[in-house]
Amino acid sequence: MTQEVSILVGGKAGDGINSAGAMVTQLLNHLGYHTYMYFDYPSLIRGGHNFVIIRGTDHPVGVHYDHVDYILALSQETVVRHSSRIKDTTETIYNSDLVRSSGQGVPIQSILHDENAPAIMGNSAIIGGFAKSAGIDWKTVSEVFSAHIPKGVDANLRVARRAYDQLTTVRPVQPVGNQRFSLLTGNEAIGLGLVAGGLSAFISYPMTPSSGLLHFLAEHAQQFDITVVHPENEIAVILMALGFSYAGKRAAVGTSGGGFCLMTEGLSLSGMAEIPLVLVVSQRTGPSTGVPTYTAQSDLHFILNAGQGEFPRFVVAPGDAGEAYIWSAHAMNIATKFQVPAFILSDKTLSEGTYSIETSHLPKVWVDEPVNWDGTLPYRRYADSPSGISPLAIPGSKGAVVKVNSYSHDESGITTEEAALVVQMTEKRMRKAARLSTEMEDFDTVSTHGSPRSGTAIACWGSTKGVCCEVADELGLMTIQPRVLSPFPVARFRNAMEGVSRLIAVEENATGQLAALLRLNNILVDAMVLHYDGRPLTPDTLRSRLKEVIA
Amino acid sequence: MTGRQLVTDAQNTWCPGCGNFTIQHTLKTVLSDLESQGKSLDDVVLVSGIGCHAKIADYVNINSFYAIHGRAIPVATGIKLADKGLTVICCVGDGDAYAEGLDHLIFAAKRNIDITVLVHNNRVYGLTTGQYTPTSPLGFAGRSTPAGTLEYPINPLELMLASGATYVARCYTKKMDQLKQVIRGGIDHHGFACIDILQICATFFPMTDYYNVHTYELPVYDRTDLSVACEKAREWDYNQKNPIGLGVFYQRSFPTFDDRMALQPLQKADRELVIEEFLKSRQ
Repeated sequence: MTQEVSILVGGKAGDGINSAGAMVTQLLNHLGYHTYMYFDYPSLIRGGHNFVIIRGTDHPVGVHYDHVDYILALSQETVVRHSSRIKDTTETIYNSDLVRSSGQGVPIQSILHDENAPAIMGNSAIIGGFAKSAGIDWKTVSEVFSAHIPKGVDANLRVARRAYDQLTTVRPVQPVGNQRFSLLTGNEAIGLGLVAGGLSAFISYPMTPSSGLLHFLAEHAQQFDITVVHPENEIAVILMALGFSYAGKRAAVGTSGGGFCLMTEGLSLSGMAEIPLVLVVSQRTGPSTGVPTYTAQSDLHFILNAGQGEFPRFVVAPGDAGEAYIWSAHAMNIATKFQVPAFILSDKTLSEGTYSIETSHLPKVWVDEPVNWDGTLPYRRYADSPSGISPLAIPGSKGAVVKVNSYSHDESGITTEEAALVVQMTEKRMRKAARLSTEMEDFDTVSTHGSPRSGTAIACWGSTKGVCCEVADELGLMTIQPRVLSPFPVARFRNAMEGVSRLIAVEENATGQLAALLRLNNILVDAMVLHYDGRPLTPDTLRSRLKEVIA
Repeated sequence: MTGRQLVTDAQNTWCPGCGNFTIQHTLKTVLSDLESQGKSLDDVVLVSGIGCHAKIADYVNINSFYAIHGRAIPVATGIKLADKGLTVICCVGDGDAYAEGLDHLIFAAKRNIDITVLVHNNRVYGLTTGQYTPTSPLGFAGRSTPAGTLEYPINPLELMLASGATYVARCYTKKMDQLKQVIRGGIDHHGFACIDILQICATFFPMTDYYNVHTYELPVYDRTDLSVACEKAREWDYNQKNPIGLGVFYQRSFPTFDDRMALQPLQKADRELVIEEFLKSRQ
């Protein structure tokens, strides 16, 4: 029998729900669980309803459940709003000084008063109450608090202990093992992966849900030995990053759809001038301002086609934090080696969800050297070659005149409108695209899960990997998840299709963008499950939607 | 010591009489001087926008980043932040820097990033064949405003002074000696230098006679006095027929963005260890 637990923590925006959720998730982590935490919040700073849903399982997990076993309520609204999530066995732990509910109350205000503790420590009380109710031993609570509360550990522990001692254990959460994972959001995993891939400069203008990446890298800039700049707008962001890259520093930018709109001219410049660049784009519900703090997978075709003219680009859509780490490092190396723009396409679910990462599987650092100039003069920045890749030199290299150009140019980087040269340089860039496709044959570009016995497979991409794999397992289906979307790994996808007679696309958009991409590669889907309310698909929803399609 | 051949084989396509020839010639003279004084031109980068001015990137044989319209300045900022050892010169047009990319110009001044911006200000779009720019006078009849513009020009010097630039100057292409001194001064200045260079457009806005009559060299005054500089800058609003002062309006020494950034030294960390430690902290 599998071990499962699902916990909701809710309160007002400003109550620190995300941090409280992180502590509860760490408690499960210390009991050996694989965890996933979903964070749901409206686009405001104070007063709205925030909640997290945490799931702990004894197997890898990447999605939350609709129903919950525990509700930790810091506000009345938490109890009211989530009544549909309650099962017969759900236990509610609530702040009895503010909330009326069944379950077990924790008099948070009274505890804080007695302990002479600031309001911010209220969450420690509810966590202490939860720990007792779940039968988690005090040693674990103390361990987690000591490791993960930045300051005032003892005071927080005293507050937690008061609640711990007042409640009784009703619904035990049993330890499932001794392993301990690293808990990372998708944004953090992307940031670490970029650092592992040799990132030197990160340039970004804040935009949800990518801002977490900016904050993370800015906070750790000195530790990671990187420069972080927040300029005047996204146009400056991408151009500044191209300046860094031209001068020999590995650079990346972060944004969401609206900000990326402003970057498209710079993107095309990166393609034409062959300047390496990594772009992290985290999708949210559009079009336009849309639903800023909610999720979507509706920018795939925008990313695949953005920018005037034709130029090779690399696009990867990681399915969870582990993939985000590894592929962000790959993207950094691929951009540098092929001198192309490389995208990491995320979304709110991945960027702001917290995942368990098994660190023993992760390579720590790998930085592939690009083809560098060997010192032969004269240096020609766009020297033609069979692979289309020209040796790189940076300004300051002795004797090299490094000329990059947004205009059509000759091998030395000087503007040309001559037909034969325009053709030659276009074909040089296209050869890079072909070489990139070949190189990607060595990578795990398409992930499969489950067995094709039923003859039916789900095609999904990005953060829906978790929910699709889980439901596919239940229903005996197979899941095919192309991680790389440009250059599209069509041969690998076809191989994965062996034995599959029915293909169902599952996507969080209204038009079926992966399905359209597959069609472009002569692979037809038989049905689509499309979901576009801004909330990530949950197993319950996907199961019933799939059953409609399969029946 | 033989200097670098500063001309590329690119065919020059500026119109005869174009002010860009003067700016290019002067820049090359300044570069040669720098080289003869021991500076390696390998350490100089020229960044340009798009427009007639920008062809200079093709013509001068030094490192160059021929960028896109209005966006030379953020590129230059990135290059300087990436490598403080590089001397970064930005050639931009008036449509380029005062219209399309005005935000970047203001922010570069605000940051006092150590780059030198030469604005090739012919007060007309040349390459797109004759439309008004932010510094064209009221009533300028261009191809997009055949009945004359309905808006006043901006005064870029005033704007730069208000934005925090630490070297603000105006030159005229017919006053080459001064142009050379001011460009050299801008490059030597440690901080953000913006030099508005009045140049004629032989084809669409030939102002030689007018500028010859109206320009004069600024008198001696305390260049670090912002109030006086503002007063001098306001004398001509790029519209009325007032005297046009030439020279350095303002200069002061002030910490640069790149200096401040260098005050936060990176740790030259062992990344493997740092990543490992971070992952452990999340267990």
